[in-house]
Amino acid sequence: MENLVNIFVKSVFIDNMIFAYFLGMCSYLAVSKTVKTSTGLGIAVIFVLGFTVPVDYLIENYLLKEGALVWLSESFIDVDLSFLSFIIFIAIIASMVQLVEMIIEKFSPTLYSSLGIFLPLIAVNCAILGGSLFMQERAYNNIAEATAFGLGSGVGWFLAIVGIAAIREKIRYSNVPDPLKGLGITFIITGLMGIAFMGFMGIKL
Amino acid sequence: MNAEKEPLFSSKNIKLLTEPMNDSNPITVQVLGICSALAVTVKLKPAFVMALSVMVVMAVSNVVISLLRKTVPPRIRIIVQLVVIAAMVILVDQVLKAFVFDISKQLSVFVGLIITNCIIMGRLEAFALSNKPWQSFLDGIGNAAGYGVILLIVAFFRELLGSGTVWGFKVIPESVYDFGYENNGLMILPPMALIVVGVIIWVQRAKNKKLVESN
Repeated sequence: MENLVNIFVKSVFIDNMIFAYFLGMCSYLAVSKTVKTSTGLGIAVIFVLGFTVPVDYLIENYLLKEGALVWLSESFIDVDLSFLSFIIFIAIIASMVQLVEMIIEKFSPTLYSSLGIFLPLIAVNCAILGGSLFMQERAYNNIAEATAFGLGSGVGWFLAIVGIAAIREKIRYSNVPDPLKGLGITFIITGLMGIAFMGFMGIKL
Repeated sequence: MNAEKEPLFSSKNIKLLTEPMNDSNPITVQVLGICSALAVTVKLKPAFVMALSVMVVMAVSNVVISLLRKTVPPRIRIIVQLVVIAAMVILVDQVLKAFVFDISKQLSVFVGLIITNCIIMGRLEAFALSNKPWQSFLDGIGNAAGYGVILLIVAFFRELLGSGTVWGFKVIPESVYDFGYENNGLMILPPMALIVVGVIIWVQRAKNKKLVESN
């Protein structure tokens, strides 16, 4: 249990998807103009990551990696299907996003229309595919660890996007030099937030 | 048969190659492809390999989708695009693993993430779906070049200031180190990439007034 909390907190603060790895920057920059849309998108990302990482963990361990197919037949011990990972992961993500889209449309039509095109764009959000690829690279020991990682990454992304949206809303009334307005200052602020989050790196859990 | 065939390198076509370098740069103007641009720019070599890989994937995917544009039903076009891109990336990944294994290890997950690189999807949707193959090919090369230029600039500064080398060759002489100069460790870390890109945007918009955002 302690290990799970460890992994969760690590992926929220220390291995933050945005500040440590820059995944999901495009929608992060585009949707963070208001806090409301950012919260909606952030929650959708938590959902998608929370589901796709465990599912991809099962696929990786029972289908893709070297020797994974032994449960089918002993002779498959040499079979290594990991080159198929990209296509299979993307297929899972695309279907999850379609599912989340249908759920949001049913339960909150206002959120659905305010997110617009960015909801289907979660499918190509590098944070989601990145989550599964990191899970594959780090080879977690069981599905609980993978889920903790997925949920933690989602929460970290959510924190980042809501944070920058709040700052952007305030900074509209500041004296930013013209060439830096909008995109430029957002980059620099994100960099500063990244430096701040690095302060978490030394924490031993 | 068309009596009027547009020359292969007409001025309109050349524009497809040159505009993304400045006016419609994918990273600083269109805000696409940010993720990988920041993550792989610690040193020049991986940045160059990444830019080249993206160029190959973009050029080929653009041509394939452009050739298929009249036959793909609109409902499943995203899936078709993803499959084409994913197939190309798997190819590029295997080639990289075979020929430049150490760089492929440095790039790790970011080769796979070329699939979700918004520039590729973005240009497929915005251009390849409604234009002919040769134009799509040029658009792919142009945008990938614009992306590559920013990558190389950021990587150049980060490597020079962060490790004192350029492309792996030591550039800052020992005497400067003895003077008390230290490599800027912050440059190697992710947040500096964001700030460097912010500065590039600043310089670009200061020179090119029409890109300034008015809010």
